[in-house]
Amino acid sequence: MATLLRIFGWLGASILIVTILESILKTLKNYQIMGSDIITDYGLNIICLMGISISLAVSLQLINGYTGQFSLGHAGFMAIGGYVSAFTTKSLLAGSGDERGFISTLIIYVIALSIGAFASAMAGLLVGIPSLRLKGDYLAIVTLGFGEIIRLVIENIETVGGPRGYIGIPKFPNWQWLSTSAFSGTFSSMSWIFLFAILTVIVVHNIVKSSFGRSLIAIRENEIAAEAMGIDTAFYKVSAFTISAALAGFAGGLYAHLYGQLVPTTFNFVRSVEIIIMIVFGGMGSITGAILGAIVLTGLPEWLRLMAGLRADWMPQWMIKTFTYLPELRMIIYSSLLIITMLVRPQGILGQYEFSLSRLLKKNKTTKTNSEEKKA
Amino acid sequence: MELFLQQLINGIVQGSIYALIALGYTMVYGVLRLINFAHGDVFMVGAFVGFYTAAAFKISEPSLGALFLVMTSAMCAAAILGILIERFAYRPVRKFSRLTSLITAIGVSLLLEYLAQFFFGATPKSFPTVLEIKNINITSNVTISNDSVLIIVVSILLMLVLNIIVFKTKLGKAMRAVSFNLDVAKLMGINTDFVISFTFALGSALAAAAGILYSVHFTKIDPLMGLLTGLKAFVAAVLGGIGNITGAVLGGLLLGIAEIMVSAYISSSYKDVFAFMILILVLIVKPAGLLGSAAQEKV
Repeated sequence: MATLLRIFGWLGASILIVTILESILKTLKNYQIMGSDIITDYGLNIICLMGISISLAVSLQLINGYTGQFSLGHAGFMAIGGYVSAFTTKSLLAGSGDERGFISTLIIYVIALSIGAFASAMAGLLVGIPSLRLKGDYLAIVTLGFGEIIRLVIENIETVGGPRGYIGIPKFPNWQWLSTSAFSGTFSSMSWIFLFAILTVIVVHNIVKSSFGRSLIAIRENEIAAEAMGIDTAFYKVSAFTISAALAGFAGGLYAHLYGQLVPTTFNFVRSVEIIIMIVFGGMGSITGAILGAIVLTGLPEWLRLMAGLRADWMPQWMIKTFTYLPELRMIIYSSLLIITMLVRPQGILGQYEFSLSRLLKKNKTTKTNSEEKKA
Repeated sequence: MELFLQQLINGIVQGSIYALIALGYTMVYGVLRLINFAHGDVFMVGAFVGFYTAAAFKISEPSLGALFLVMTSAMCAAAILGILIERFAYRPVRKFSRLTSLITAIGVSLLLEYLAQFFFGATPKSFPTVLEIKNINITSNVTISNDSVLIIVVSILLMLVLNIIVFKTKLGKAMRAVSFNLDVAKLMGINTDFVISFTFALGSALAAAAGILYSVHFTKIDPLMGLLTGLKAFVAAVLGGIGNITGAVLGGLLLGIAEIMVSAYISSSYKDVFAFMILILVLIVKPAGLLGSAAQEKV
């Protein structure tokens, strides 16, 4: 009972936080500072993408960072989740021109996203099985193959649009819970996305801190030694794949309902690599690192695009000229960054460091007591 | 029967290209235990070097001399590129874990693709005709074009040369020693860094040759052409048993034939699905590939 209460407490607090944050950002959109917009629709969109990237990176961290298995097919899981949940919402909401109530729409979305996550989990189970026989590079290649197969099969299914893409997916409804001229309280796509990002972080964090997670880390450190200590490595490896795939599938569903359309080529091998770059850049085996990587690497290309339009009087001609090339150069910068990170700091920016609020508070307390002792 | 024969010829042509690229993957894996993801992009760079060489020499008349010129320049440029990649990206991370090398390789691959898009443009270019295409009839319904003959002949020639280098020369012996055990090879006085550089040069040159043959056959080149072709050549190398030179050729031919057969008899949109499915099935049944030997993990 106490745990149930705690879970609902967390959930309620998370919902409150995300919806207030979304409302603040959406309200800021109506204001201007010195004639320029504080935030645009485009900026809000990038923030949503960052949230999805956080979920994807943190869920991949479970396989690549903690279990030490190298998966190159995360985009495939995302694709399954996206397509299945999009298909479900489209079928469930079809033909209902009239407005549905808040609760019934909410339930439909949760069901659709869960079905997508479940389908993705089944795919994860399927991919996890070869991991019992294959190690390292070979496993990486098989997961890559699975990811590509998923994408190519989707391209051949006409019901979901085939190679042209799946269009007309219902977007998240915009619920207004407060409407005044100065402040409008909304709960829509951004809240959904960040609610799930928080959920993913909590789930992965709790897994890693549990005995289950310690088994995963034992497998990463030395599989043979872990097996000798009585850890059922097969079970743990397949479980890690399944859980991670489910989370990625859910994120895929959010992606589908954010844009209202899906194109199979967005889920190719390069997409999987992008997610890997996020966790490698941030630090393998660190949730904080995954979040940092997701935010920086989703934001970086957009920031470079922004830089291209930058004009000021003090800038020399060559600088403006170089800046206009930035959008084209952004992917070159992106890949160079990856190589340089590997050359200079192969463990990623944060390594295995985790941010911990309780440790931070404790540290402050100990320094305080130390100084008090000195006084005495 | 005639359809089958025709498709078999097409399959061998496709397979020869895969085999040439797969050789580079397998040699690098042999000496460094590294999946060189950038290899498919070296193949692309080779094709583009050929394109610009033809433009620089203003080649308008198809002739064997032109083909030879285009191919040698592409192979030389790719060999240099291979050495540079190894020297500046892979050698510094060799002391770290294998995962670090793998991610660096992915980074180099992306860098080459985007640099190519930046400098060569993202739109496909049509490769100049360095060879006049003629069809040769074998029977009334089975034909083989002369570029297909060229692909098969050049592939066989290059494979023979490679075979001589690896199995008959002192450098080849050193290569085999390095692939057997890098540390012991170093103790025996082999300049391992030089051998590794040489392996990259050799593999990259073969990839560039494949790039030219591919461009002559398919006539369209673009900066992302190395992505899927390289991936499938890698599948071929794994299929045959990565690290095994004969295996790479066998895997390449098998994959090429399987792919053409699937598109001829089942559906062309499923040929890539089949390529990856074959890979997964083979690896599940025989994790070290068809000709590879499973390495026992030491405790």
